[in-house]
Amino acid sequence: MSSREFSATAGDDARAVPLRLLVVQEDERAAVHQRDENLVMTFPHLLVREIIAFLALSIFLVGISLIFDAPLEELANPDKTPNPAKAPWYFLGLQELLHYYPPLISGVILPGAVIGALVVVPYFHINLHRRPLYDDWHIAKMITIAVAVAALSAVFYVTAAHPVWSLIATTVGIGALMLLPGLAGTRSPVLRWLSTRSLSFWLFSWFLVASVVLTVIGTFFRGPGWTLTLPWRDGIY
Amino acid sequence: MANRVMRSIVRHGFPDTNRNRALAVFSNFFLHIHPVKVREKAIRFSRTFYLGGLTAATFLILVVTGILLMFYYHPSAPRAYHDMKDLEFTVSSGVFLRNLHRWSAHTMVALVFLHMVRVFFAGAYRPPREFNWVLGVVLFVLTILLSYTGYLLPWDQLALWGVTVGTNMADAMPYLGKEVSFLLLGGNQVDENTLVRFYVLHCCVLPAATALLVAVHIWRVRKDGGIYIPEDEVRELVVGVEDRDGDQDRTAGGDSNQAGAAGPKEAGS
Repeated sequence: MSSREFSATAGDDARAVPLRLLVVQEDERAAVHQRDENLVMTFPHLLVREIIAFLALSIFLVGISLIFDAPLEELANPDKTPNPAKAPWYFLGLQELLHYYPPLISGVILPGAVIGALVVVPYFHINLHRRPLYDDWHIAKMITIAVAVAALSAVFYVTAAHPVWSLIATTVGIGALMLLPGLAGTRSPVLRWLSTRSLSFWLFSWFLVASVVLTVIGTFFRGPGWTLTLPWRDGIY
Repeated sequence: MANRVMRSIVRHGFPDTNRNRALAVFSNFFLHIHPVKVREKAIRFSRTFYLGGLTAATFLILVVTGILLMFYYHPSAPRAYHDMKDLEFTVSSGVFLRNLHRWSAHTMVALVFLHMVRVFFAGAYRPPREFNWVLGVVLFVLTILLSYTGYLLPWDQLALWGVTVGTNMADAMPYLGKEVSFLLLGGNQVDENTLVRFYVLHCCVLPAATALLVAVHIWRVRKDGGIYIPEDEVRELVVGVEDRDGDQDRTAGGDSNQAGAAGPKEAGS
């Protein structure tokens, strides 16, 4: 197009000979962006999958309901406090924390902070680029991780009524996995996978492991007076 | 005649052609959460484990079993407890009904949590889906509250003290703790007033709020083009510009658009 020569002439009277410019693109159509992927009909491909999933879930729940009976204890009695008095299982992680921190922290501030953190996750570009932590690897970064792990562990050791070993173990474990690719290199596929995780992946994993560990301890390993019990020896309270 | 009645209900023919299959989805009220065509990648089990859909399914089971349970239940003490005993010894399949409701409830809490974990690790909350993630967090809280208010209703020792432990934590809230706790319990401790409040919350307020937000949640997923698939998994082709040899095979766009008004890149979850 640019190599073409153009000549334009204009008449003296613009009303009689209006100046027009016409640019013709050679043999081209508008570009269509199209995704290179397979589409399938919702009916039947998706609907069949949904029905199978729903039936599988129903069979599972019906099976469980036929085998295990929902618990029912004696009539509620406000004068007779059971020992231990346990909340529903999904609150036992918090109740486990209640053993270490006053209710204001474990019952109000911490769950509030968790919900708040979850709400703001997408607004702070967290994990948006999922940049591997080891992208620009420096010894300083490793030291920072080690210091952060040590500081957080110290907080859980010092500030609680008793050292929160479950959270300290979680923190040290996650920290060790973060440092592993830096110390051992990326020879195996597992190490390579670890080295490509982002910071937000590690933070969320910490939250995930911590909540699971606390809930499991609260559910299975706590008995009368919130003492440590072993479920296979003492049963589940 | 039978055919005429059938046509008045469902206006398309037997779905053995792509046109009728498209109409089966497009002209159905309940299926309108789905587009006519979905991305093959989006419907694989290994991508989502169908956690969101299964959560909705448990909610459906809970609504049905919950309504059946309401036929046998009085929210008063100690009558509520005797109703549990009636379910156990008098009502036909009463134990099974209560079991199914209880285990489905626990399953729903677990599935909501797993769904959230899956969505986080997939990064599916990134723009423009930020607010849908927030709705998901709200639905997570609603699920916990539904389960928690239901926990009190059998009015046995487990219910009373499980709820007492939880509400004691609300007391610890600075400034408002006592007021919030009083509002929730209808008094200073868990008693019959609490039972009525939790019953109303459990059977009316919370399910209605959850159903509404689930609808918005799913609607937004559909509007954002179906479940999230990372950009780097989709190779984008630009056809048309370099397509000068009249090679019609690559302009497959016309085929996917023919399915109907729904965009081709959407998918349900």
